[in-house]
Amino acid sequence: MTLTQSSIAPSGRLGASRTEETQAAAPEQAKDWPFLHAPDALTQSSVTVTKAGLRREVRIFLTNPNAIIGLVFLLTVIVVALAAPYLFPGDPLEMVARPFLWPGQNPVYPLGTDSMGRDVLAGIVHGARISLTVGIAATLIGLTIGVLVGSIAGYFGGIVDDVLVKLIEIFQTLPSFVLLVVLVAIAQPNVLTVTSAIGIITWPTVARLTRAEFRAIREKDYVLAARSLGYGHVRIVFREILPNALPPIIVTSSVMVAGAILMEAALSFMGLGDPNRVSWGSMIGAGRDVIRTAWYLTALPGLAIVFTVISLNLISDGLNDALNPRFSEERR
Amino acid sequence: MSALLDVHDFSVAFGASQPVKGVSFTANPGEMLAIVGESGSGKSLTALGLIGLLPHHAKTGGEIRFDGRNLLGQSERNWRKIRGRDIGMIFQEPMTSLNPVLSVGEQITEVLRIHERIDRKQARQRAVELLDLVNIPEARKRVDDYPHQLSGGMRQRVMIAIGVACNPKLLIADEATTALDVTIQAQILQLLDNLRRDLNMAVILITHDLGIVAQWADRVMVMYAGRKVEEGLPEPVFTKPYHPYTRGLLGASPRAESGHHYRQGPLIEIPGSIVSATGEKGCAFRPRCPSAQSSCGFAVPPLRQISEDRLAACPFTPTSFVSHAHDASLRS
Repeated sequence: MTLTQSSIAPSGRLGASRTEETQAAAPEQAKDWPFLHAPDALTQSSVTVTKAGLRREVRIFLTNPNAIIGLVFLLTVIVVALAAPYLFPGDPLEMVARPFLWPGQNPVYPLGTDSMGRDVLAGIVHGARISLTVGIAATLIGLTIGVLVGSIAGYFGGIVDDVLVKLIEIFQTLPSFVLLVVLVAIAQPNVLTVTSAIGIITWPTVARLTRAEFRAIREKDYVLAARSLGYGHVRIVFREILPNALPPIIVTSSVMVAGAILMEAALSFMGLGDPNRVSWGSMIGAGRDVIRTAWYLTALPGLAIVFTVISLNLISDGLNDALNPRFSEERR
Repeated sequence: MSALLDVHDFSVAFGASQPVKGVSFTANPGEMLAIVGESGSGKSLTALGLIGLLPHHAKTGGEIRFDGRNLLGQSERNWRKIRGRDIGMIFQEPMTSLNPVLSVGEQITEVLRIHERIDRKQARQRAVELLDLVNIPEARKRVDDYPHQLSGGMRQRVMIAIGVACNPKLLIADEATTALDVTIQAQILQLLDNLRRDLNMAVILITHDLGIVAQWADRVMVMYAGRKVEEGLPEPVFTKPYHPYTRGLLGASPRAESGHHYRQGPLIEIPGSIVSATGEKGCAFRPRCPSAQSSCGFAVPPLRQISEDRLAACPFTPTSFVSHAHDASLRS
């Protein structure tokens, strides 16, 4: 094929006249017209999608039966915890009846009493307050630190990233529960210190996740476009990248609440909880000595923990299905 | 002559390699300048250099005079004021250049509120006007749409609306129509053409589609391996290309009336690819040039003035332009 034959000139100029020429010259060639594009499938599909993205995700979440079960149970726990002072006024640590009343023996104390004659049901209901408070507050602390560190490391990269990743790795090489015990033992064990300590040992997970998300999203075209519009770093991090990085962080945070509840229970079990507040962990710890004669004292608060953690995990799975970009065809 | 943009001997280097090796060009208000070249010719890096978004480890040289001041060496703070306000940019992929979690209106008002003292209400009003300006039907309704609810062409219109929101003096369109199908391409280019006249804005069109250049550009600059190899008005450049690379580019673009179709024979190509940007001597196009002489290997051929408004970096004058003469079709 020589240059002379190819009759070279730019394509696309004055399409109308060219079409006429082509059709006049070779009518059957119109079939093979290489410039005629059908609208692509994506354009077509995106035209029909009119529902707002958020609503779609809520719909997916709410059609998931497991997530609904989890949500209903968790809401029950929250309502009970909030209503605890009205359901069981007075201090749940006070002796109210004969010790070792088994569940069902006395209808006034449906779940019985413990070795000191304290109402087990009142303990569980009040314990829900501590477990949820610590679980949610510790997660918030962990999320705040983790998202900040992770976004700075992932967005800026370079030396900042190296230093912060080393810091994360230092925290991850320490056995986290040992660190937690040490932190709480050094400070006075109370709700505040336990919460902060759990937050301090959980942030590296969030930081690693956030960093990975930021490193991926940093390279997206809309971030380059944002930079080309003169946006500053703070605006790009918090308005452009963070909202897009949120779905996996939200999913992780529901698991973190469950983890924090378990850690608080473990600390209380070891006697490192707040001594003035009843919690599920401390009830299990107190029942441990009499587990052979009165096993219900460990089993009942244990079940409360198990169901709460399971419900949080179910919610997390539901959120994952609804928010994970790999399952969501519209997010890209 | 004081052009709006006067790039003088601009170069970009990454360590030893120098993808942009001293490019000079000017752009005047209201002018549409096209930069063409194949992948790796340095056209996109030049564009990123114009808006100060080259990677940090890139070393730049030369001068970019914009509106009387040298942009190279400006602080990041100054750059942020220039980007989006004085120089706008549109990217190739409308599908990914908009933030998926912010509505179209939010993305337009954001750039307005950064660069101009304007309250929320006024900004929203301007956003609707801008969507109107880029011919989006029912702008008042569309302003609350999210990007995934818009088609590719619509998204690119939104990108243009964001790009021209602050009345920039210069708009860089980096392959802005490459990802769109041909009918939408024509609409978008018509829009850009109208806008540059209405707003007296210089447009730099970076593309590899010669059809677009022929139809829309006021001036065309051909880049090869980081250097400008030819410049002139589109018609003379396409009808009488002086540089063998320009000839090759024109030869490689299929043309309907030639009856040249990939089913009937191989499309014409330029043999080889852009050679490594490091360590070559002489003309960078020599290994692929059909009319290379031994003297081409000694030094980089300088740009020579062929006529007024016409530059080419090849010392040889082609003996004939027969194979490229399509005056009739170009003028029709």
